[in-house]
Amino acid sequence: MVNNASPAIQINAVHKHFGALHALKGVDLTIQQGEFFGLLGPNGAGKSTLINVLAGLLKPSSGSVSIMGHDVVNDYQAARMYLGLVPQELVFDPFFNVREMLRFQAGYFGYGRENDAWVDEVIENLGLTDKAYTNMRKLSGGMKRRALIAQALVHRPPVIVLDEPTAGVDVELRQMLWQFIRRLNKDGHTIILTTHYLEEAERLCERVAMMKQGKIVALDTTANLLSKLPGKNLRLTLGQASLPASLLPMLKHGENGIFTLALTDLSQIEFAMSELRQADIALQDMQLIEVDLEDVFMSLVGGK
Amino acid sequence: MSDNTQYDGLPATHMDIGSWRGAYVLFKKELFRFWRVAFQTVASPILTALLYLLIFSHALEGHVQVYKGVEYQAFLIPGLIMMSLLQNAFANSSSSLVQSKIMGSIVFVLLTPISYLQFFVAFLAAAIIRGLLVGFSIYIVAIWFVDLPIQYPLWILAFAVLGGALLGTFGIIAGIWADKFDQMAAFQNFVIMPLTFLSGVFYSIHSLPPVWQTISKFNPFFYMIDGFRYGFFGQGDISPWISISVVMAFLLALAWICLKMLKSGYKLRG
Repeated sequence: MVNNASPAIQINAVHKHFGALHALKGVDLTIQQGEFFGLLGPNGAGKSTLINVLAGLLKPSSGSVSIMGHDVVNDYQAARMYLGLVPQELVFDPFFNVREMLRFQAGYFGYGRENDAWVDEVIENLGLTDKAYTNMRKLSGGMKRRALIAQALVHRPPVIVLDEPTAGVDVELRQMLWQFIRRLNKDGHTIILTTHYLEEAERLCERVAMMKQGKIVALDTTANLLSKLPGKNLRLTLGQASLPASLLPMLKHGENGIFTLALTDLSQIEFAMSELRQADIALQDMQLIEVDLEDVFMSLVGGK
Repeated sequence: MSDNTQYDGLPATHMDIGSWRGAYVLFKKELFRFWRVAFQTVASPILTALLYLLIFSHALEGHVQVYKGVEYQAFLIPGLIMMSLLQNAFANSSSSLVQSKIMGSIVFVLLTPISYLQFFVAFLAAAIIRGLLVGFSIYIVAIWFVDLPIQYPLWILAFAVLGGALLGTFGIIAGIWADKFDQMAAFQNFVIMPLTFLSGVFYSIHSLPPVWQTISKFNPFFYMIDGFRYGFFGQGDISPWISISVVMAFLLALAWICLKMLKSGYKLRG
């Protein structure tokens, strides 16, 4: 059934039109089995459209997509067996409790009682044990998010897509969630993640694709993407004082008396210091910071 | 967590049987769904039908001309059973679909290997079961009060199942089409309700003026109710063979439309 040499995901020249809107403009992407992959981009870039095409919720206008070697259109039943999707919206079925929902979900994939031990394991690992018999309607937002993740895992999919899984989620759950997802990745699951929290992507993803206006504008390992943007950032804490006008061309962002300057050369630190001295501004704190994924993201898709 | 990640492939049998097993689970889930709210989905229509029986039989006894040798109260019961059966079969598939579309939970089914045909069969079977359950319950309660003969049980069963299937299919179409509860209510109040009330539930169409008799013959609900009633009394407004042919033709036409919609992903998959 599955060719082990097949990539986890193979996307070839996929276009998607919604009337006049050209949402995906020829996307090509290959994700190998076992990768922890990040799909980044601003709102409207086409990330969710691409994920929905992958999951069979949208049909591509042209091009092909396969999961573990199975085409999502022509061989959709096999393709869907291998994919677990955590949708972005907090959707739930109000008629059932957590355990019932998970058993039904596993059942849709053809699993019966023999899968109950796995369902219990997923419930336990996502901290849902106390809520297993609680109606979905009565769960808090965070618990609903956990139940959604559990639903995506009940059929043991080798490829797991998480569409903004930490949106609106507290720090504790976020950490627990990433610990669990990392473990799944270590066990061999391919993880595809979309997130607005770029520090999460930088920390977790080995490889990243950045999308803008329906196209992939960058695709590389996270390390390579970070090295593409030369220089460092200088963060100055000035308190009530405002930044001297001579330093404004270097300003990346500033608020609450904290200003971040983009440096192309370390010698610019001395220049910044002398300008502050001349303006008679007392420096409260100073940090030299490495370029992060947000800088790369902004330089590629943020219009800078 | 146990290591289950050596994905050398699922057993071939799992893929063949699995998706029908999935359809069975979807059917079961749909049964549980209406059973969880059985006061609304089963008890309430039974009470409504019994109120109709009480009021109409009291008000119209002796005023409406029905079959020879058949009391009006007895005449009314098969019509009420079939009306409730049809309305509930429609309500089951339509409300489940429109609700899960609006809530977004339809995605849980769309992500699975369940095919469009299996999806259809699962929703349809659950709709038929709810219709039959409501209809049978009304029958059980009604025979405490009224002596109701059964001449041809197979005709009764055939019309009950096919009628439930027809309205269950219609419900799937409406559920896929409707984007909000308001549209669904319009469907129910402006299409289903008038067609059932004007189908001969409360009267024989022979008691109507000729023009209304002709108009009634364009109403598919008339054939379902007349054929169903034939099974009880052995007499009807037209031959049960004509009725069953019309019901079958409508069922096949609606099933074809419904399967086309599901296959194309209309309003479900963009």
